[in-house]
Amino acid sequence: MKKAGMRMLGVAVGLVAVSVPLFAHHGAAQFDVGKKVTVKGAVTEWFWSNPHCFLRFDAAGADGQMVHWAVETQSGPNILPQGFSKQTFKVGDEVTVTLEPVKNGRPMGRLLRVVLPDGSSLPLAAADAGQVPGNSPQN
Amino acid sequence: MAKHLLVPTLALAAALVCSLAVHTQGPMPGAVYDRDVKGEKPRPAPRRDLAGIWEPATAGGGIQGKGALAMDSCKRDKATGRYVVQQNPPLTDTGYATVDCLKPEVEPPYTAEGLARLKAHKPVEGYRMVPDAVNNDPILGCDPGGFPRIVLHNFRTSEILQTPTHMVMLYKFQKRYRTIWTDGRELPKDPRQPAWTTADRLPPEPRWWGYSVGSWVDDYTFVARTNGFQDDRTWLDNAGLPQSDTTEVEETYHRVDANHLELSIKITDATLYTRPWVALDKLRLRLQSPNLDIQEMECSPSDQKHYYEIFGNNTGLAPDAGK
Repeated sequence: MKKAGMRMLGVAVGLVAVSVPLFAHHGAAQFDVGKKVTVKGAVTEWFWSNPHCFLRFDAAGADGQMVHWAVETQSGPNILPQGFSKQTFKVGDEVTVTLEPVKNGRPMGRLLRVVLPDGSSLPLAAADAGQVPGNSPQN
Repeated sequence: MAKHLLVPTLALAAALVCSLAVHTQGPMPGAVYDRDVKGEKPRPAPRRDLAGIWEPATAGGGIQGKGALAMDSCKRDKATGRYVVQQNPPLTDTGYATVDCLKPEVEPPYTAEGLARLKAHKPVEGYRMVPDAVNNDPILGCDPGGFPRIVLHNFRTSEILQTPTHMVMLYKFQKRYRTIWTDGRELPKDPRQPAWTTADRLPPEPRWWGYSVGSWVDDYTFVARTNGFQDDRTWLDNAGLPQSDTTEVEETYHRVDANHLELSIKITDATLYTRPWVALDKLRLRLQSPNLDIQEMECSPSDQKHYYEIFGNNTGLAPDAGK
């Protein structure tokens, strides 16, 4: 990857990391901060709301049993500039979700990154996000 | 070229030139937030003028997790700019261990009652934060956040409308508004029985957003005072600092130049605090394009109910988690 691209990626990752404590309606009390889990599954619900949206998906657990996951994002207006919209997911979509899990061990967390069925991923890099009408990537 | 084609052809060419100009100059005014540009030299401040759409000059600057008195950010690693996450943060009085960098450098000067009310609040932000499942923050059921909480924690894009008799503050967060009267009326004399001292006044009525009056103290500084609040169902901020029906808020807007405004807030409440204290010190705001369309950020009780059923109510910690 070219240097400029790496810089952009760095900015994007930085924004995601920084925006979590700044912009969510709640802080990090329930999350295992710094831990990351990646899960592949099928979407069962995409709930678009303020102050948080959430994505529910089913994935096979280690024992073969289906696990019902729920991961939250920031509010709708906050994640529009990151490339999300109310139409981003539909039921049945195969997605790969990287999340920060809750501390209590339930299959829940906050969404850090998601790979969509077409191979693209969200949130967008900062430079792309800045061009979304009505927003800046930081707000 | 035939004469009858000349005018439409010229019009088409002009339209193409304009279209190209738009594309080469970037987004249309108001399509994205205007941010400070290094080296820019704003025009001088207009006289006695607050009107316009305002946004914290630093992205996210009005939306802090520490609460009042602490509008600066958590500690960050200098090399990466990322927050420093403590592996073993200390327990707070709420029984939960949270990132200590959220603790304000200075505590407000609580009275005994103020401290007791603080400890009764279980916020989801600030250094005393708890998981969603055990919070008691009124706004998370969509109660009005009230004033000054809307500024002390969630100052997002806001518009000020200025008329000869009053200022109207339009807030993005929860899509709220309040009025600051500039027609010479006086603040209610009894904050617990608040009413305007006008001839046709209505009976006393405490308000979520209080009663506000303001005036210019010089050509570039506007000061508003607010009292007559509801009971302690409103908090001062998202970190759970208490507010009461005896709280008085002084709000100072200083127009620095054509593009910038600084907003400060002072809290006086003898019930809760031993002395007046500055809760917000010169939050710097940047003027935005009048074309900026402010998004909705409404609180929907039915949305909140669904969120808590699926997510928030299930976030309680195991007894030894986080300790």
